[in-house]
Amino acid sequence: MHEMAIAEGILDIALDYAARNDARQVQCISLLLGEMSGVETESLEFCFASLSKGTIAEKAELRLQRVPLMGRCVKCEQEIHIEGYNFICSKCGSAMELISGRELRVEYLEVD
Amino acid sequence: MEIQVMENILGKNDQIAAENQNLFAQKGIFVLNLMGSPGAGKTALLEKTMAALKADLRLAVIEGDLFTSKDADRIAQHNVPVIQINTSGGCHLDAAMVQKVLPKLDLEQLDLLIVENVGNLVCPAEFNVGEDEKAVVLSITEGDDKPLKYPLIFKESAISLLNKVDILPYTNFDMESAKTDIRKLHPAAKIVEVSCMTGQGLDVWYDWLRAQTKAKKKRDGGENQ
Repeated sequence: MHEMAIAEGILDIALDYAARNDARQVQCISLLLGEMSGVETESLEFCFASLSKGTIAEKAELRLQRVPLMGRCVKCEQEIHIEGYNFICSKCGSAMELISGRELRVEYLEVD
Repeated sequence: MEIQVMENILGKNDQIAAENQNLFAQKGIFVLNLMGSPGAGKTALLEKTMAALKADLRLAVIEGDLFTSKDADRIAQHNVPVIQINTSGGCHLDAAMVQKVLPKLDLEQLDLLIVENVGNLVCPAEFNVGEDEKAVVLSITEGDDKPLKYPLIFKESAISLLNKVDILPYTNFDMESAKTDIRKLHPAAKIVEVSCMTGQGLDVWYDWLRAQTKAKKKRDGGENQ
């Protein structure tokens, strides 16, 4: 249930940016979640709803955007979508470094 | 109105983790975040480790536990400084919890600090506490499918310890399959078969810890020479 900590992080960031921009209401919070970020979205939405009650982000919609798990081979530099969590290069057998798919980021807010 | 943000959700935790890491670097302390399921054998491994290493390394342990001090009590019997963190139901340790207890440790007198995380194969992997490396303990009775079911923790761990191998013949655990999956996730990971009951493989683990601790001292110098 680390979704609670993640929801807290999202709310803190949203309220901080909303206050700095004199917003009255946060309509939408766009999130970038990597394929390998290990977030249970239903549980995240539940935690966010309970934490945001009574704040200007109470009615905010969480817009979740998944970022694919991509790797680059350290040797032959082939870039591919990682399937089955296999970080061994299909071409040359070297290790693949992760280039995306671990994101846990607030991308933008829509506010009034 | 749209406001561009592009901020890391766990940015605050990462920032405190970086502060912890700076402090450990100044003192030349190697810090290990030890993770694994409840009952995987993390505390048993630590007890063996304390007994084996306390003669040549200055060690301390931070024990993460939901409510009790049972694990900390076990470690304390080895006359090693141990600090208890109760997360009161929280499923992982975070950097702020660790930062808060650091004043209780004499960092000038340490070479190696092991942080035993809350028993859980999911959440701890997402929260850095300021460690140099993460380690995961998987007991073979949990099943050989666990690396792919809980990929992040194995991806993040520099070393995977497959524990309780003394009872391997009585299980259907497929050792090769588990190792293959861990290597897929983390091609450079060190994988060690151990038994805290018979002592099998533990020397390899101790040597790894000694080498990491030595390398950290060399890298950062530290004041604790």
